[in-house]
Amino acid sequence: MLAYAIRRLLGAIPTLFFIITAAFFMMRLAPGGPFDQERALEATVMANLNATFGLDEPLWKQYVIYLGNLVQGDMGPSFVYRDLKVHQILAIGLPVSIKLGGMALALAMLVGSALGSIAALRQNSAVDYGVIAVATFGITIPNFVVAPVLLLVFALYFDIFPAGGLNGWQSYVLPVIALSLPQIAVVARLIRGAMIEALRSDHVRTARAYGLPTRMIVIKHALRAACLPAISYMGPAAAALLTGSIVVEQIFGIPGIGRYFVQGALNRDYTLVMGTVIVVALFVVIFNLIVDLLYAVLDPRVRYD
Amino acid sequence: MPRSILNTAVLTSVLALTIGSQAIAQTYFRGSDGDPETLDQHKTSTVVEANLLRDMFEGLVVYDASANVVPGVAADWEVSLDGLSYTFNLRDDAKWSNGDPVVAGDFVYSLQRIMNPETGAKYANILYPIKNALAINSGEAEPETLGVVALDDHTLQINLEQPTPFFLELLTHQTGLPVHPGTVEEFGADFVQPQNHVSNGAYTLEEFSLGDKIVLNKNPEFHSADSVSIETVEFLPFEDRATCVRRWEAGEVHSCSDLPAEDINRLKEDYGDNVRIAPYLGTYYYSVNTTREPFDDPRVRQAMSMVIDREFLAEEIFTGTMVPAESFVPPGIGNYVEDSPRFDWADMSMLDREDAAIALMEEAGYGPDTPLTVEISYNTSENHRNAATAIADMWSILGIETTYNVRDASAHYAMLRDEKDFDVARAGWIGDYSDPQNFLFLVESDNDGFNYPAYQNPEYDALMDKAAAETDLDARAEILAEAERMFLADTPQIPLLYYSSRSMVSDDLHGWEDNIQNVHATRFLSIAE
Repeated sequence: MLAYAIRRLLGAIPTLFFIITAAFFMMRLAPGGPFDQERALEATVMANLNATFGLDEPLWKQYVIYLGNLVQGDMGPSFVYRDLKVHQILAIGLPVSIKLGGMALALAMLVGSALGSIAALRQNSAVDYGVIAVATFGITIPNFVVAPVLLLVFALYFDIFPAGGLNGWQSYVLPVIALSLPQIAVVARLIRGAMIEALRSDHVRTARAYGLPTRMIVIKHALRAACLPAISYMGPAAAALLTGSIVVEQIFGIPGIGRYFVQGALNRDYTLVMGTVIVVALFVVIFNLIVDLLYAVLDPRVRYD
Repeated sequence: MPRSILNTAVLTSVLALTIGSQAIAQTYFRGSDGDPETLDQHKTSTVVEANLLRDMFEGLVVYDASANVVPGVAADWEVSLDGLSYTFNLRDDAKWSNGDPVVAGDFVYSLQRIMNPETGAKYANILYPIKNALAINSGEAEPETLGVVALDDHTLQINLEQPTPFFLELLTHQTGLPVHPGTVEEFGADFVQPQNHVSNGAYTLEEFSLGDKIVLNKNPEFHSADSVSIETVEFLPFEDRATCVRRWEAGEVHSCSDLPAEDINRLKEDYGDNVRIAPYLGTYYYSVNTTREPFDDPRVRQAMSMVIDREFLAEEIFTGTMVPAESFVPPGIGNYVEDSPRFDWADMSMLDREDAAIALMEEAGYGPDTPLTVEISYNTSENHRNAATAIADMWSILGIETTYNVRDASAHYAMLRDEKDFDVARAGWIGDYSDPQNFLFLVESDNDGFNYPAYQNPEYDALMDKAAAETDLDARAEILAEAERMFLADTPQIPLLYYSSRSMVSDDLHGWEDNIQNVHATRFLSIAE
């Protein structure tokens, strides 16, 4: 399995190279540049800035220089945040995003699979309909509605949690809930569906025939098979959660990296956009690998040797 | 969790918060419009940076709490009769936060550094009035040739290219702030990092955490440290205005530097005088492409301007946070005539204006039978969209059919500067200094990069040149007023609204005086115990 993992990681290098190249040139197709903002710049000043950042070189040369620096681990200076290099900006924000996203991920897996299993075991009962209703609600109500409502209720009205910023554990509660609600909903639905199927499958029927206790059947035999679709889903979802969410970060005032995807693109901060693209691409590659490896652990039919 | 434990936990956290806030009573939590792009006063360009740098550094002259120009590091100064030479006497007790004295040579070093093309200074042009500055910034002369000389440690002479009556006002801009030469030489671009930072203002840089906060502490070496009340300032960046307002309502910040327009009515109702809406030195306007038919006809531009109901835009679209414009140069600006120019038709009723505009359009050959199609370009924003929709409706009375072209800000402004592929385009201008020249120079014909409408009027250029050469402030104001009257008659840009600054200020925060520059240095503020 280790050999398989290494093969997969090596295979990701051409993928990353392709993504970097495509992103680099697509960014440059967008009209305007990092110094075109509401406050216009004087012509001499603009020329100096372009020279400072090497934007006066031909595009292919900029690309070669960028790749050369990247190989040495240098993502270049940000065009907007001029006191910082892109890797410094990511180093500040990424741990925050990972921490927040990780908590949301864990919460989504736990609560989502619990709700999904309960609904499946009580199929077509009031509990089941309740879970489905909550799940549908969670998927359809977007973050930018849930987050301010949570704040209004718990920060302004009841004054239990702070209204923003990251100071102490209290400030993580609301953003984690806001981030995980839609994921809880999706996981609950996936688990419910797969669980219903698993409960009717041959191996579970066999286990029942042996007279094993229901709890053991559900957790050890049914849930193990039922969580496979949810795990496939959680691979890309985890990559998205751990790399931050612009909506949640802006509404709660959290210094993660989610906002750089959007701000970087709007500001034409070329190097920052490249940096975030690389981070996301890496996360997707890694989590897809983790999902595939988990399959081998959970499903005896899957082998990588 | 059992209910009782939950209650205890909540109670404890509330207690902890209360105790915490008592211990740090002298910390000012200051909401800011976002992160600074840089803390280097020579690379700076944004208002956020202006507020931070103003707290950390002191220039030759500074703004007081009401935005009047008052002595800073310079105790006093003399201006030569021809207006070309300023001699500043620096105060003896000005010190850097590491104890070094602030000397004239520091300003020489700083001004040479900002003009050096390698610095890549975004706002270098604001100091182009200094002798040789443009040549140096264009790479045609050495930085040492800049017209800034240290006569001795406490006497600084600045020589100008031509008389610039607003030069002192220019020096209040953050680009005029000094850097500590030793630190810049030692650390290069990293002199802005908190561990290396040396400043000469009321505060020093303690911590900079991107997206989170910037913490400044009172500088004990500051010459007027005794009069500085607030010990610590935390600048909190808010990309989203509503987030700051929520935290203000929760009592977690003392002030917000911008407010969401759509929430203004509720905030005014709930918080009254805590909502501060004050005139601001800026104009929101539409540029008209004067190189394109039929917009090359001033009558068409004038008619399009006349039928716009600016009261409606200000009250309904911008919920009272903008002021209807009657001219291009906003009111309250310095160095201008008492009775500044207005639209000829400013006092006419909307109905009369519409009739007059229809007549103008007919003269120009447009009417119900020969409708005109106009494309409005604007940068993505709900308010810009609403304004454009309302204006399109107002134009329909002239038989104008309107289409829209929406781009994001970078694409929009690059198009305005380079391709100029537009009929009418939204833009705005916030003055960098309080002088009408800072608005009227936008449409000088050789002003690449700023002259969006590509306005070419030799008479206008001649007036602007004449004003630049005039040293008598009153005579100069008259010439500039004449230029603005010409502008308003020609209407290369359609002025729509004057900006207002909008802030939320807590009752605990004292000394916040509304002013047209919207500057509120922390050293003049205090927090109630």
